[in-house]
Amino acid sequence: MSEETIKKIILKEDEDYIINMGPQHPSTHGVLRLEVCLNGERVKYMIPHIGYIHRGMEKMAEFNTYKQVIHLTDRMDYLSAHINNEAVCLAVENALEVEVPERVKYIRAILDELSRIASHNLWWSAFGMDLGALTTFFYGMRDREKVLAIFEESFGSRLLHSFNTPGGLMHDVHPNFRKHTMEFVKYFRKKLPDYKNLLTDNVIFHNRTKGIGVMDKETAINYGVTGPSGRGSGFSCDIRKVAPYGIYEKVVFREILYREGDSFARYKVRMDEMEESLNILEQLVSDMPEEGGFTAKMKPVIKLPEGEYFQRVEAARGEFAVFIVSKGEKYPYRIKFRSPNFSNLFVLSKLAVGGIIADLVATCGSLDLVIPDIDR
Amino acid sequence: MLLLDIYSFSTLTSSIDESLNNVMVPWLATLTEFVLVGIVFLLFYALLGLFLVYLERKVCAVIQNRIGPNRVGKWGMFQTIADLIKLLMKELITIKNADKFLFNLAPFIVIIASFMAIAALPFAKGLQAIDLNIGIFYIIAVSSLGVVGILIAGWSSNSKYSLIGAMRSGAQIISYELSVGLSVLAIVIFSGSMQISTIVESQADGWWIFKGHLPALFAFVLYLITATAEINRGPFDLAEAESELTAGFHTEYSGIKFAFFFLAEYMNMFIVAAIATTLFLGGWMPFHIGGWEGFNQIMDYIPSIIWFFGKTFVVIYIIMWFKWTFPRLRIDQLLNLEWKYLLPLNLINTVIISFVVLLGLYFK
Amino acid sequence: MNSVVRYINDIYKGVISLWAGMRVTGKYFISPGEIVTEQYPENRATLKMEERFKGEVIMPHDENNQHKCTGCGICEVNCPNGSIEIITKKVPNEEGKMVRAIDKHIYHLSMCTFCELCIKTCPFNAITWGQDFEHAVFDRTRLTKVLNKPGSSLKKKEVKS
Repeated sequence: MSEETIKKIILKEDEDYIINMGPQHPSTHGVLRLEVCLNGERVKYMIPHIGYIHRGMEKMAEFNTYKQVIHLTDRMDYLSAHINNEAVCLAVENALEVEVPERVKYIRAILDELSRIASHNLWWSAFGMDLGALTTFFYGMRDREKVLAIFEESFGSRLLHSFNTPGGLMHDVHPNFRKHTMEFVKYFRKKLPDYKNLLTDNVIFHNRTKGIGVMDKETAINYGVTGPSGRGSGFSCDIRKVAPYGIYEKVVFREILYREGDSFARYKVRMDEMEESLNILEQLVSDMPEEGGFTAKMKPVIKLPEGEYFQRVEAARGEFAVFIVSKGEKYPYRIKFRSPNFSNLFVLSKLAVGGIIADLVATCGSLDLVIPDIDR
Repeated sequence: MLLLDIYSFSTLTSSIDESLNNVMVPWLATLTEFVLVGIVFLLFYALLGLFLVYLERKVCAVIQNRIGPNRVGKWGMFQTIADLIKLLMKELITIKNADKFLFNLAPFIVIIASFMAIAALPFAKGLQAIDLNIGIFYIIAVSSLGVVGILIAGWSSNSKYSLIGAMRSGAQIISYELSVGLSVLAIVIFSGSMQISTIVESQADGWWIFKGHLPALFAFVLYLITATAEINRGPFDLAEAESELTAGFHTEYSGIKFAFFFLAEYMNMFIVAAIATTLFLGGWMPFHIGGWEGFNQIMDYIPSIIWFFGKTFVVIYIIMWFKWTFPRLRIDQLLNLEWKYLLPLNLINTVIISFVVLLGLYFK
Repeated sequence: MNSVVRYINDIYKGVISLWAGMRVTGKYFISPGEIVTEQYPENRATLKMEERFKGEVIMPHDENNQHKCTGCGICEVNCPNGSIEIITKKVPNEEGKMVRAIDKHIYHLSMCTFCELCIKTCPFNAITWGQDFEHAVFDRTRLTKVLNKPGSSLKKKEVKS
């Protein structure tokens, strides 16, 4: 932002037409407040106000043992809860130099991909709804229900399953897990053409998203936009490829990259990622070993040796990283979470300027924000 | 055509007229008739509005793989009545610094505009409140008054969202009015009359959408698109664009005043569908195929009122189908669509139709 | 001329894409297929939760009103948000010695995050997940539950043979 705009923002000229989108607004998907200054319908500037759902998770984590920290990460990006759990688990395992069984790595990766599909599916539904196509919401929810049924069968909960634990998993997956996952892959492949016809190929949808909210690669890197939003701008940032963890080294998959950087490119990245996740699932489920236990041997009280530990994973919305400072006690001295949505949000104030208010909604939707992850 | 007359409502209406004239002085009889017609229309308006809301909810539920309302009554039939009772009991909130008079006036303008348009619709043979000689012109003129109410609502609410919604609505309706008029003009050219009864009569041996073949079909499609935009329904529901403007022009309305807007929206949908039926699909005329005498006679046995409502609900279903499939347009794209695509196409179509009629190239 | 072709092409492609979308919704209108909506609460009688479903923490009692909880307090320590409180008492055992036993196992459902750590760490498998999920009550205090039933006692350890 130029100095002049900042001055304008502070002084708040009288003729500015300011509307507050949020904290309760249908298209901000949570308690996010966007202070939008309009000129007619054109956005002059946009300031995001965050903190409505701040819970102080990093501070809370300092009074929790490493096993207890896991359940906090669930509540950050609740749509990729399992992937967030995994980041903490991997960090602790690396610190203790514990080798988890091969089977656990497979199961974790399968659950990662299932979460990713569920998350992208929900985003697809909500994005369609942001643009006014209300039917997409129900089709997406219908198909997501199948993933959640798999989760519920194995973990007993549908959204916030604190299923990971340092050293492995809480308990073994359900005996039907493999069968149901394969069934879901088949089912979802059949439903994807519907998605394509309903929204991806639609001419109104093209008009609403193509060339809207263009973010070039440089901006993406400068703002730290990761995940599908960054990859839509050609920023190769898939942690599964860049710094593989778990079983991902053995999996053959493609990193989806689009160079246009507009909302449609971000949309396409996510749609392609869902298909790619299905491919990964097929590979993993067929290779998954039946035997091998579900946890490594761990001490009942985990104490990390003194030092600093860092682990990043590819969550559904971008790079999720955990930085642990340990003083050798059973509580972490300090935990820093790098949540993807926090970085992804602030680029919005750059992308929105110059567009009209409907473009702001489309851009905000295409960035796929989860507000509790921003505020933590 | 003889068989048709059993179902004609003109015997009923004229007998009422006669009996009233027998017991009263003529001016009193006319006044009583006015009141009667008014009451009938009020009831019709309310019941049909409620039914349309229910229908929409059921149709969209089936499209979206849901069940839809199913708690109040069998298949949730009384859901909308329960909703109405709820809305009646709600508090009427007036926003601070709102223009109170205009704020309260706006819902009535919207609802009266749609109410007036029903008067000229032919529901069945002999069932039409007033058969103006410029009936179609009257309907178009009256139904576009609703935008005044929407603009007033947006302005007087003292809410920024409402104002944006109302301004969008104004721009939208004023532009789409042209295309609606032109596509309606197509049938006026074909039938050579603006009187609704004449237009319906001219379709006795075939509906205009068949008789007028390609140009009429084209006009029908254009009419459907533009009329959907005119009544502020999805995918052209920018005035209330819920994901952008929360609820657009009726953000600040509550209770029965909100219900008026809601009801008017659904009744406008019915009116638009009824006009489409009257102009393109033969009004209350049964479906006839030239030469198939037996088939035509069977069709004649179906009462004209069923024909009219059957066709209207088919059109309403198509409008609903639009809404629940497409994403919303953006305001500039909406105006682009009108001025760059629909209006030129409509103009070309009007010229083509004029030539078709001049050269007699349509089926007579 | 080129622009006219493009103009018509635009319209054609647009109409085709719109029709494709309408075919999808039309298909579901004619044959909705599987409807995933749960008819709750009408289906209460038939509604069966998954066996691993995390409804609430319960303490199973056998027919003699006996449970397995010794009141060791490991669950209380492991709970990340203090939803478990253990109150112990001294009771005489068979030999007349006073030993520690559970008086009240208090469980605050309103604070529970269902992380499963208490159940996982319990050395005696005294607590487990219940399937009940209808937790709505009019008063917050009713969400505080005492898991061991009144008058219950510790189950004797079976002698391993």
